[in-house]
Amino acid sequence: MRRVAVVRFPGSNCDADTFRSAAIAGAEPYYVWHRETDLQGADAVMLPGGFSYGDYLRSGAIARFSPIMAAVQKFAREGGPVLGICNGFQILCEAGLLPGALMRNSRLSFVSRPVWLRVEQTDTAFTNQYSVGQVLKMPVAHGDGRFVADEATRRKLEAEGRVVVRYVNRDGGSPTEEINGSVNQIAGIVNDEGNVVGLMPHPDRASDPALGNTDGLGFFTSGVAGVVKER
Amino acid sequence: MTTFRLHVRVVPRAGLLDPQGQAVEHALSALGFQEASNVRIGKAIELEVKAANATDAKARARAMCDKLLANPVTEDYLVEVEA
Repeated sequence: MRRVAVVRFPGSNCDADTFRSAAIAGAEPYYVWHRETDLQGADAVMLPGGFSYGDYLRSGAIARFSPIMAAVQKFAREGGPVLGICNGFQILCEAGLLPGALMRNSRLSFVSRPVWLRVEQTDTAFTNQYSVGQVLKMPVAHGDGRFVADEATRRKLEAEGRVVVRYVNRDGGSPTEEINGSVNQIAGIVNDEGNVVGLMPHPDRASDPALGNTDGLGFFTSGVAGVVKER
Repeated sequence: MTTFRLHVRVVPRAGLLDPQGQAVEHALSALGFQEASNVRIGKAIELEVKAANATDAKARARAMCDKLLANPVTEDYLVEVEA
């Protein structure tokens, strides 16, 4: 059984979904309030979606300095698996645990709809139960989801196979419409070591069979399997 | 120690798409202000800083920008001390 710490910030609103998804995957999830400083023996950490601190200043900019984040930083740097979903991804970028940043959607509107994703990298702590090229259906719900990074970082991410999931069409081909303007249709990335993953779409809203879609469950079963292969 | 009033401007880095700026530029054009171009939208932050002198106050504000007020990946900033 893997102990999964689901961190709650003021303004988190996908904490229960993430908790439930982890439980369905066979983990033993528990909540950790952002004011705490100890991860209580976590095997994996998940930063859920929402609007921490009301997205004031920039999405994730203030949450990134919450007391618990020092422990999350240490955990991640020691190789512990950390998953950031939506606002959690924004927090990981602000914290410097993942490169790049998430900016306002190119069309300015909040996008809340199902999207299709192609799995590009399976040698990560959270996608090892998928296969490369697999197409997943998952909801997105964000206003600041446009992934940007400087040219050098972008090239590095692509060259090192660190794009984890990309927005595609239903059939896995290039999308005909823009979701949020992300460079190279990047929906999720992984750090150099393969243990920190962030993505804008919501696997936590696509894990419970009661919701009619379990395409996202693999993120949680991967976390439980805890298999990080050598890349 | 003197209290200095500072103005911090945070703007999206040149070259990065600024959809807000584009939308406002389009609206200005529709209102007859076709002479407006290169509209960029950022944030203006005003704050007071206690420091020995204006140079120190500015240095502290720049440190605040580096740590929190601006994102080095996407934004540039400008700090001015009110005379």
